[in-house]
Amino acid sequence: MQTSENTIVRKQLAWRNFKTEILVVLAIALIIFAKDMLAQNGIRYIHQERSLYRNILVTEDTQRRCLRFTITSRSGQNQSCRFLDQPRELVFPYAKMSLSSLLVQDQPQRILIVGLGGGTLSDTYSLLFPDTEIVISEIDDAVVRVASEYFDFKETDKISVDVGDARVFIKRQGLRGEKYDLVILDAFNGEYIPEHLMTKEFLEEVKRLLPENGMVLANTFSTSRLYAAESNTYREVFGEFFNIRMNGTGNRVIVASMQPLPDQETLVSRAPAIRERLEQFGMDITEFPKLMSTEITWDTNQRILTDQYSPANLLNN
Amino acid sequence: MNTNTSTNSALQTWLVLVFAFISGFIIMAIELLGGRILAPYFGSSIFVWGSIITVFMLSLSIGYLCGGKLSLLKPNLKLYGSFFAGAAVLLLPLVFAGNQIMEAIFLRIEDPRYGSLVVSMLLFFLPTAVMGMIAPYSVRLLVSSTHGSGHVAGKLYFISTLGSALGTLATSFYLVLWFEVNQILITMCLVLLCTGFIAIIADLKGNDI
Repeated sequence: MQTSENTIVRKQLAWRNFKTEILVVLAIALIIFAKDMLAQNGIRYIHQERSLYRNILVTEDTQRRCLRFTITSRSGQNQSCRFLDQPRELVFPYAKMSLSSLLVQDQPQRILIVGLGGGTLSDTYSLLFPDTEIVISEIDDAVVRVASEYFDFKETDKISVDVGDARVFIKRQGLRGEKYDLVILDAFNGEYIPEHLMTKEFLEEVKRLLPENGMVLANTFSTSRLYAAESNTYREVFGEFFNIRMNGTGNRVIVASMQPLPDQETLVSRAPAIRERLEQFGMDITEFPKLMSTEITWDTNQRILTDQYSPANLLNN
Repeated sequence: MNTNTSTNSALQTWLVLVFAFISGFIIMAIELLGGRILAPYFGSSIFVWGSIITVFMLSLSIGYLCGGKLSLLKPNLKLYGSFFAGAAVLLLPLVFAGNQIMEAIFLRIEDPRYGSLVVSMLLFFLPTAVMGMIAPYSVRLLVSSTHGSGHVAGKLYFISTLGSALGTLATSFYLVLWFEVNQILITMCLVLLCTGFIAIIADLKGNDI
């Protein structure tokens, strides 16, 4: 009796030890595997920090340096990237798609960018329009620091950053009667766009910042149920908009204007004049008019997003 | 008489446990929705959550104190029920005047940290404090001996915190996907009201016996 109990106890202990060993082995395997995967792509982490809002990672391979808000190395998780040898060239299609808004209105006097990231859009617009005032609303001062340290972002007398929540900033700017003729919505956390920056009420506050010829440009995703909800919400506030989609990217860019949108012919006719200016960014603007469509390609029955109903990130799954 | 009291107290035990669960559920559901409600005016920065959680903790602590104090005087289901009904009424400004209150504070206080703190106080302090009174009062209603008091308190903490866990989960996973914020809040008010009335009716019935 005694011995059999002992055996049971010993067996239990052995099993427990064995379980611990398995866990340790698995953990080690996971670390090696993860390192291996990164090494395979030649990706090095050159900076890593945990800010109040997210993980911030700066990675580099032989060609480019990227900013990332999530640790997982799935592709498409980079917030911002630039080529090491040609820092001006735009890595992501969405940035090029954004510039196609210049076909609608090509002389912005004052720009508001929501979400700094690596500063790609701010750099690009300040190169294009050195005399234009650019205001950036960014919630996370760690992002501003990382952008300055690793992506050559600089505040100047023309470029300024307001650290804080964009919803609050935009509401206050509206109350003060401030105007921006181009508002770029590019706020992403690791997952998606913060929910309170996608609602009808928010877009109405953005609209209040736009002068007669003002324009809003939003970088969003074209996958998921959220695509329809977002599209319906933008349409509700701004009416018809250009929906810019490109093969090979899950992003889509919305361009809405306070003025009636130009037709396809007008877009095509405007392209050659600005083609040369945009070449430095690695894009041919003449390819873009055909991507700019006002066609409704989503389910118009999907409920619009409001402050009362914005399960945005649940719909995104 | 004796048998009546015991069936009566069995019913009372069940009611109090269910009600403790409901109050736990609703407190956390509202706290979670609080973030949603404040975001349009104060953003979703970390300090907005800080304000909300501070106010909930503060109001609960004061509610515990008052509820405990009130339980010294002839504990009864009628007063217990009126906590629920009272909380429902005190939630109404959040539903019907929330935006106006937030707008007024937004215009007066520039710093979103203090703005969100003041708004949280105005919108959440009273209803949450009243809901906080439920916990110690529940203990008093169920405790029959000093010996068993820890056991009763443990059981009540268990059930109300379980309610809180489920309230958090249900709200963040599903309710916001299906309903508007105000629809959820109004439903919670109605549930609180019904709970309050059931307690008051149970009290009257108990007195009849």
